[in-house]
Amino acid sequence: MSINATLIGQMITFALLVWFTMKYIWPPLFDSLEERKKKIADGLAAAERGQEEILLAEKRAKGVLKEAKEQSSEIVIMAQKRANEIVEESKDTAKKEGERLIVAAKAQIEQEIQQAKEGLRQEVADLALSAAEQILGAEIDKAKHQDIVSKVSNQLG
Amino acid sequence: MATEVHAAEGATGYIIHHLTSLQVGEGFWTLHLDTLFFSAVLGGLFIWFFKTAAEKATAGVPGLAQNFAEMLIEFVDKQVKDSFHGHSKLIAPLALTIFCWVFLWNFMDLFPVDIFPLIGSLMGIEYLRVVPSTDLNATFAMSISVFCLIIFYSIKIKGPWGFAKELMFQPFGPWLLPFNLLLKLVEEFAKPISLALRLFGNLYAGELIFILIALLPWYIQPVLSFPWAIFHILIITLQAFIFMVLTVVYLSMAHEDH
Repeated sequence: MSINATLIGQMITFALLVWFTMKYIWPPLFDSLEERKKKIADGLAAAERGQEEILLAEKRAKGVLKEAKEQSSEIVIMAQKRANEIVEESKDTAKKEGERLIVAAKAQIEQEIQQAKEGLRQEVADLALSAAEQILGAEIDKAKHQDIVSKVSNQLG
Repeated sequence: MATEVHAAEGATGYIIHHLTSLQVGEGFWTLHLDTLFFSAVLGGLFIWFFKTAAEKATAGVPGLAQNFAEMLIEFVDKQVKDSFHGHSKLIAPLALTIFCWVFLWNFMDLFPVDIFPLIGSLMGIEYLRVVPSTDLNATFAMSISVFCLIIFYSIKIKGPWGFAKELMFQPFGPWLLPFNLLLKLVEEFAKPISLALRLFGNLYAGELIFILIALLPWYIQPVLSFPWAIFHILIITLQAFIFMVLTVVYLSMAHEDH
């Protein structure tokens, strides 16, 4: 129960223990703690950044979608307009074509009528001539009575 | 059981036997071999455990040993950061060493008082005190080391003249120099003495009560030693903690320039 040289021995042991702890135990353990702390902080920061990026991307996607919608509706409007134009154009063309056809048909009809008239006139003249021949019983010289015949035929026309 | 063995010497003899160290040498040059041996073994245990943990230390997922070591390291680091505001490579490892070593010393108190002396006597060792903190030499060795560090840091931080000025002119100013000096010296020397005696007193008393309980009839012993042992778990941790915290506080006082 007295103070003696044990004191010195204990002090040496203590000094050795403290030295060893300071040199080989505290630094690696403490560093690993700090490193892990940093890792966790980095991870959390990265997660937060990722979340922000997702938000940004969503916003961007929304923008793109909106733009696309606008574009598509513009295209649809344009197409409709174009279609209307085409319809109008074709209507016009058809109308013109129809009119042209009608005109041509009319002309042809007119021509045919004329031809028919001419033919009929000729035939009537011939008939009248032959009838007159028969009625008169005498020969009517075609050359002599040319003006009469043509007068009659003109009257028929 | 032990009571019968030492019946010839009586209860007093039993107690004295339990409180006598295994000694070699004469006078001051006496060595308490049991104290030296057990504290070295416990220090080795501490170093071994932490060294193993430190070697395998990773910043990834820690193993069981690393987890436990890190828990202690964080605990000590928090205590140090709470009371010590300077920057020192020594203080935190010092605090860790003190806490673990003192705790292990004190833990020896929880072993049944007769078990190690019995093993010792089987090996032909007559006296054996297994709790280093019931040896004044052990507690004073630690507190004097701490005291040396206090003086060293006081002089290192404040300079020899600054430290001398603090001793002479505080707290009452230069006109009451002798009183200041006396007060300061008492204050400084009270630190290691109180550190050592607090630890020694608590553990010595605790050990003594275990020994007294061991003197009682066997059927009463568990009733008393069990609650006392549980209470003692608190005491041994608390004493280790107090020694560590006070060391940190004293050293931070040494670092502070008034």
